[in-house]
Amino acid sequence: MLRRVVPIGPYHPLQEEPEFFKLIVEGEKVVDLEINIGYNHRGHEFISPTLTWDQVPFLVERICGICSDSHPYAYVLAVEDCAHITPPPRAQYIRTIIGELERIHSHYLWVGLAGHFIGYNTVWMWVWRYREPLLDLFELIMGNRNHYAINKIGGARRDIKPEDYPKIEKYLDLLEEKNAMFTNAVLDDPVIRARLEGVGVLSREDAIAYAVTGPTARGSGYACDVRKDDPYDAYDKVDWDMVVFPEGDVLAKAKVRLIECDESIKIIRQCLKNMPDGPIETRVDDIPPGEGIGRHEAPRGEVFHYVRSDGSNMPVRHKVRAPSFMNIASNVVAVKGYSIADAALVLAAVDPCYCCTERTFVYEDGKKKYSGQDLLKLSWAKTERIRRRYRK
Amino acid sequence: MMKKEYSKAILEEISKKFPDVVVKIHSARRIYIRTPREKVFELAKFMFEEKGFRLSIATGIDTRDGIEIIYHFSFDEAGTYYNIKTLIPKDDLKIKSLTSFLPAANWIEREIHELLGVDFVGHPNLVPLLTAETWPADLHPLCRDYANEHKDIKIKKKP
Repeated sequence: MLRRVVPIGPYHPLQEEPEFFKLIVEGEKVVDLEINIGYNHRGHEFISPTLTWDQVPFLVERICGICSDSHPYAYVLAVEDCAHITPPPRAQYIRTIIGELERIHSHYLWVGLAGHFIGYNTVWMWVWRYREPLLDLFELIMGNRNHYAINKIGGARRDIKPEDYPKIEKYLDLLEEKNAMFTNAVLDDPVIRARLEGVGVLSREDAIAYAVTGPTARGSGYACDVRKDDPYDAYDKVDWDMVVFPEGDVLAKAKVRLIECDESIKIIRQCLKNMPDGPIETRVDDIPPGEGIGRHEAPRGEVFHYVRSDGSNMPVRHKVRAPSFMNIASNVVAVKGYSIADAALVLAAVDPCYCCTERTFVYEDGKKKYSGQDLLKLSWAKTERIRRRYRK
Repeated sequence: MMKKEYSKAILEEISKKFPDVVVKIHSARRIYIRTPREKVFELAKFMFEEKGFRLSIATGIDTRDGIEIIYHFSFDEAGTYYNIKTLIPKDDLKIKSLTSFLPAANWIEREIHELLGVDFVGHPNLVPLLTAETWPADLHPLCRDYANEHKDIKIKKKP
């Protein structure tokens, strides 16, 4: 059969790694995939050694707009590992709470967009309605709805005031109820199940070979979670469970994300209850020569930072590894054998941004065949077909 | 609940199998293993296939003695990082690629190739990953001399 190329991309503005997917199709079926990245490379590893230790968190915060807590978090842990500093307990609890709140908002973003993409705008509107108060909560605690700047070498930059605890608790109460509703609504709906079940399967062997992390790995039955494996800050002082599903399809990844929100709520509640008093930062005079590794379980997977110090006020080398760097590469095996209408969903299952699908065009003989909107319509048409089948 | 101790048995096995490695224990969960560059492939293969380690990333650093490459392997059962360190002399920038048994190494080797100029022997597709299409192939942005010599380089526009 004739092979054609369906380009998806080249980049979308929200993720740190803009990407370009070249789907090679036979008819409707995807037979191969090529991935290009680096369209918007900003050279953080080059800039970082020109800034002082305390300036770098503000730089790496801007790597990702969605999970802007995770990169400074991992960087701060790396420097603390290098200098053998332990932050005071209150700072550890504050950082844990912010990390978990961020996980909820990032997972909700994904669920909402996934709902929008398969033609369920109700899911999108519901989920984003309850994501909104969370952003207000961020503003209350840190003064910003995004780019929180809470992490600092040796502690936290802002305290959570005791009078704010009830507001956080009130939001958690609301969320607990709503999260149960979403989980049931999404997982009981036959049409959503039909769209997500058995689509984009990434087997456990492939997950290990491509070294994926986060919900992508846990949805494939590969149990790795930094918070359990290598607990940092307050994670070994709270009680929670790792969520693992063995199926490896998009539904399993959605389940991991939805149920993980419940675990996050559990962690935040315990942190608020056991929050110790005391200072929120230790004094750090200088960073000794050496090297350090920091890892934080971001919403998308493990964020890895490596720093090397020569005793001056700047890092000599600062390596950043975002989870998407590993997760996106695994699409090469996950997308093969599925139809174009599913491809965009599978490519998004590792939690990149959906804007990429809005920028899609299909060219045939120099003429535009499908635009991003057409691809969306293809996907909606498939949902409609499935819905009609279930109605009978 | 948690295994706080790094596995001494693995380290002993490594030093028995590969006698010329130098092990440095930074902390209980961060271990650095220095090895000659000829042994990196076997050591990484041993760690990945027999011990079930996961490759996190590799870091390339331009140091005074040569390009240093650190392969960060995570051992998820114990939560320990095993870092294989190796030094490549600047007059012979070559090392064996790990992609033959570890597809996860594909992108990072491409990245180190373009940013530091290291050749990975046996890599299936060693084309630039991050820099622009028109970027000169012999210009490596993370090398020390780049920052001094090519401060105001202009990239040619695509014709």
